[in-house]
Amino acid sequence: MPDNGASQAQPAPTRTTNGAAAETKRQRVRMLISALGMLPVLLILCVGFHFLSEGRFFTGQNLGIVLQQAAVNTVLAAGMTFVILTGGIDLSVGSILAASAMAGLTISKLPELGMLWLPAALLTGLGFGIVNGALIALLRLPPFIVTLGSLTAVRGLARLLGADTTVFNPSIPYAFIGNGSLTLIPGVASIPWLSVIALLVILVSWLVLRRTVLGVHIYAVGGNESAARLAGIKVWAVLIFVYGISGLFAGLGGAMQAARLYAANGLQLGQSYELDAITAVILGGTSFVGGIGSIWGTLVGALIIAVLSNGLILVGVSDIWQYVIKGLVIIGAVALDRYRLQGSART
Amino acid sequence: MNDPILEMRGVSKSFFGIKALRAVDLTVYAGEVHALMGENGAGKSTLMKILSGAYRPDPGGEIRIEGSSVRIEGPLGGRNAGISIIYQELSLAPNLSVAENIYLGREISRSGMLARGAMREGVGPILKRLGADFLPSTLVAHLSMGQRQLVEIARALHARSKILIMDEPTTALSAGESARLFALIRQLRTEGLAIIYISHRMDEVYALGDRVTVLRDGRLVGSLDKPEIRADTIVRLMVGRDVSSFYKKDHDPKAGRGHPVLAAIDMADGQRVRGCSLTVHAGEVVGLAGLIGAGRTELAHLIIGASPKTSGRLELEGRPVEIRSPGEALEAGIAYLTEDRKALGLFLDMSCLDNINLAVLARDAKLCWFLDRDKARERADRAFAGLSIRAANVSVPAGGLSGGNQQKLLLSRLLAIAPRVLILDEPTRGVDVGAKSEIYSIIDNLAKAGTAILVISSDLPEIIGICDRVVVMRAGRIAGEVTRGPNSPLTQEDIMALATGMEHLDA
Repeated sequence: MPDNGASQAQPAPTRTTNGAAAETKRQRVRMLISALGMLPVLLILCVGFHFLSEGRFFTGQNLGIVLQQAAVNTVLAAGMTFVILTGGIDLSVGSILAASAMAGLTISKLPELGMLWLPAALLTGLGFGIVNGALIALLRLPPFIVTLGSLTAVRGLARLLGADTTVFNPSIPYAFIGNGSLTLIPGVASIPWLSVIALLVILVSWLVLRRTVLGVHIYAVGGNESAARLAGIKVWAVLIFVYGISGLFAGLGGAMQAARLYAANGLQLGQSYELDAITAVILGGTSFVGGIGSIWGTLVGALIIAVLSNGLILVGVSDIWQYVIKGLVIIGAVALDRYRLQGSART
Repeated sequence: MNDPILEMRGVSKSFFGIKALRAVDLTVYAGEVHALMGENGAGKSTLMKILSGAYRPDPGGEIRIEGSSVRIEGPLGGRNAGISIIYQELSLAPNLSVAENIYLGREISRSGMLARGAMREGVGPILKRLGADFLPSTLVAHLSMGQRQLVEIARALHARSKILIMDEPTTALSAGESARLFALIRQLRTEGLAIIYISHRMDEVYALGDRVTVLRDGRLVGSLDKPEIRADTIVRLMVGRDVSSFYKKDHDPKAGRGHPVLAAIDMADGQRVRGCSLTVHAGEVVGLAGLIGAGRTELAHLIIGASPKTSGRLELEGRPVEIRSPGEALEAGIAYLTEDRKALGLFLDMSCLDNINLAVLARDAKLCWFLDRDKARERADRAFAGLSIRAANVSVPAGGLSGGNQQKLLLSRLLAIAPRVLILDEPTRGVDVGAKSEIYSIIDNLAKAGTAILVISSDLPEIIGICDRVVVMRAGRIAGEVTRGPNSPLTQEDIMALATGMEHLDA
């Protein structure tokens, strides 16, 4: 009986088609929910603060301030997203930001080489990031320990760079990065350059994560490192890349801060920025164990943090209570997220 | 026979409108081993979860235990009703002692303090009855898989369960441990327990089953009494069709046998593999048999560079090659299907599409790095059609697929690189009957197309059914080879004799 399979196979396809249609529909709803992520929380916060502050939130000027305040953290959080997607963590971004800003400002004061301060800051960040990555990927040390070490060591180097003083340069080249705005419609709408840079960083990150081979490899390493190794992925190269890019973005953050303040202090700049960056990534729905997450979620997460800070000030909440409320909102938002995703979790 | 201990009448369960179980009637008597069989997704685990209280059945059905109607609700519902379940993945806390695990959730305390001594004494008689060779105070982490299973059974007995459900209990056990478990199951049967035994393995069902119930697509399609239990009958019930040609081997080893493609010479890792040589020819399916722990998987890992070797070399189509990582093996055209698809093969959160394309992304990429999404989509669609992978579409996460479909998914990733050598490690483990026969015919077609194939398997009928010759390993060495001749078929006896070292006794 060579053809015995076909005669019996008849009822099966109809069942599968019905099941498949329902499954596709459910999957679409699920994808929509996970795509929206924390966006509803962000919108509720914005509208809430608008009413509580008697209409002072949704003004062109205030939105500009929010975007500007979110910019540096967005850039750091973008780098952090790469790292956390592989199941790692980078605690050193605040220190790297400070060291890069110090390096940049120091170079900017050199008469002939002043214009090179921007690449100098970026390369400083990239360099520290690659060292992190090499220690983690080649020596197989735990990311938490390595970056905890460089959090301290790089902070020390940042102080060393300015001989533990604040370095000023009122005539730093490309100062427009920090304080200028890109005019969209003359006299009506403009957007701070800091925010433009942050958006570009998000776009580039999206492109790398979702449209390149490397992006798939990053998700693969985070999803199942042993399987990635057996599938022929160079896990070490992926790890060096993600810590490198986290360092590079921290360097960019340092350049943005330097251009905005015309100054940098190795001790104070970027203190505990890593916590805000990690918070943004987690608020954005990226799994702490790696493999799941999106860069758009991170953008929303960074915006939630900025809106909270800005809104609480507008409403007139005291500085002390701002800390308490921010912490609670973060815990609440993530709890809500877990609850919301429970139904769709795979078995 | 006496009155049934468990009666299920018209029990159904649906999830979001999809019927997972349709009006199932199941009757189980005390003192019998009732085998429950069915393909993955047939409804076995749904049925089990209803009995454990994890799922609530749809209204309309009835469950009776010892004649009285019961409602099983909540995680303790099953246990309170006298039903214990031993899952495939055991649910013991390795950091606690045997006694603490048995008493878990019902610890004895005296004025708020844990009474460890009383708990140890309490489990002593049960462990003795089961013939346990460990103490109540032993940490579970120090026990073998077989011993852990014993602890689970002790827990069930200690809770005075009358019905014991076991889900594929021998998956993680060695042959000796399985034999001991079977003896124990027979002992429990004579003591009057009802045992529902879920398994894919026909030999176990033969050995143990007093009755067999087969589920398909959520329906009960047949119950067989002991004299009617026959492999072909059960398989026909499970898949709904005749499987006279279950193992497919159309490729002709003599006509197709070409030049040697892969030659591994004197491979060793200093521990588990101690100097193994083997050759696989184009268009040939070579079996690699041996007992668990003989070093078969370790040898495969050495060949693909997944673990470092202390000696040995590889030749590919007559030329020496140096392979230091799985990536280099793939580039050389040697693909390896892991025995542990969930831990070492698939990316469960990633889409089927990404899982299929993972090994060829860089080869397909545009401008070196950018994904060619059309090509990836096309490849995934082709794989779905060619290997009949059943999932809603190519973008669903791989974790949601059944075992057989996951295996085909992983296989399609390897086939995407068009390998010259394919090493398959337990290709049908945890795979249902339908997918099994599909995988066999994929292997057969690849051999016809000239691929050199090495199949590692502990399933002897499978090795005999699909291989041209069988290389047998024992304790890290090649113990010998069994070749199929025109008048001498491969036999389980010959292979087992080599695997266990019995051939010397015969001679």
